Amino acid sequence: MRVYTETVVHSAPEAYVSEAPYQIAIVVREDGSRVTGRILGDRVSIDDPVELAEARNGVPYFRKKDK
Amino acid sequence: MRPVAVIGLGKTPFGAFPDRDLRSLAVEAGRKCLENGHVRASQVGAFYLGNFAGPAFVGQNHLAPYIGQSLGLEGIPATRFEAACASGGTAFFHAWAAVAAGIYDVVLVTGVEKMTCQATPRVAEILASAGDVAGEMKAGATFPALFAMIARRHMHDFGTRREDLAAVAVKNHANGARNPYAHMRKVISLEQALAGKPVADPLTVYDCSLVSDGAAAVLLAPLERAAEFTARPVRIAAVAQTSDRFALEEKADITTFPAVKRAAEQAYKMAGVGPRAIEFAELHDCFTIAEIIALEDLGFAPRGQGGRYTSEGCTLPSGLLPVNASGGLKAKGHPVGATGVGQICDVALQIRGEAGEMQLGRHELGLAENLGGSGASAVVTILRAA
Repeated sequence: MRVYTETVVHSAPEAYVSEAPYQIAIVVREDGSRVTGRILGDRVSIDDPVELAEARNGVPYFRKKDK
Repeated sequence: MRPVAVIGLGKTPFGAFPDRDLRSLAVEAGRKCLENGHVRASQVGAFYLGNFAGPAFVGQNHLAPYIGQSLGLEGIPATRFEAACASGGTAFFHAWAAVAAGIYDVVLVTGVEKMTCQATPRVAEILASAGDVAGEMKAGATFPALFAMIARRHMHDFGTRREDLAAVAVKNHANGARNPYAHMRKVISLEQALAGKPVADPLTVYDCSLVSDGAAAVLLAPLERAAEFTARPVRIAAVAQTSDRFALEEKADITTFPAVKRAAEQAYKMAGVGPRAIEFAELHDCFTIAEIIALEDLGFAPRGQGGRYTSEGCTLPSGLLPVNASGGLKAKGHPVGATGVGQICDVALQIRGEAGEMQLGRHELGLAENLGGSGASAVVTILRAA
């Protein structure tokens, strides 16, 4: 799985204000489908490989994968 | 279908007006418009209202008859149109279709939004409801975040630079300073634009449109009857509304808006012109990257080159294709439901030669592009001197 695009959110919506700044990304899965999720740990850039760390409340959380 | 003309215009200033409510803004724009078009309320056949989130921002629903009554519109169809940031353009499209089809003769279209009564995090949440609430937004996205991800990919794929985004903001702020109806009349430097407070990387506050209150209105009538009302009718040469995939993650390529491309193709065909014939445009710069991509999708700049086209000065008032002489959503302000109608007003004012300090010289053919959400709705309009 790789990062298709990403951003670090500084100005968050009401529900996530306490978590900002946080990184979100659109990740391309092995089957080519895409999903929007959060990034845990190190910041990622476009094309970085990531792996699924966990799912919380139906939202996938990814982590940078060691190359 | 019969040809349709814009016969009247009315706008409130866009800004933060703590002592004005949604209805008073819509009524001010509507009354000014009726007066401008020399139309009595009893002559209006239908009322079309563009509004994105009145129920969430101010807690009022059933808005079209609520506002129509205050305008003295009695007994006629009064309908609200919602298509996120394209709500105004969508109301305009459907009003045009009804007049073109001969269902009504005189139709009043008004767009309005009252936003500044809510705190920023709540505004972000209400705006986010125009995206996929159960998907991308649940992951913590906001509209600035969606367009930040679009900008990142555009920079990655085409070499668009941070300075190109800033050039859009610098230009639109300079233009807005000449617009007495603009929310922000402040010239900014490239250095300021680059050093703004981060909102969603790489976008800063200077890349984002404003949270504004405001309203705009236009009157439509068959072209053959336009002279009964005004000496300066403006012909609707074309208008097209389209839709596309809803969530950003569902799009094959996020660096282009297929809905805009499709609407543009239809509009150019209907008007019998190509992009080179367009003399000036009001584009949907909800974020700086959106103006850059609109330049490409509308055929003004080659694919991937919208940023360079901007940095080279092509979209300045003195350039090849002046864009957002009004200041755009960036400086004029973005009261969501009013935006699409306000764009039509600003293009029509230029063609009528009534744009005051914003006037670009004598122009006969202008285009407006109104985008909804992250590209799920689009409306493209071409106006021509009648």
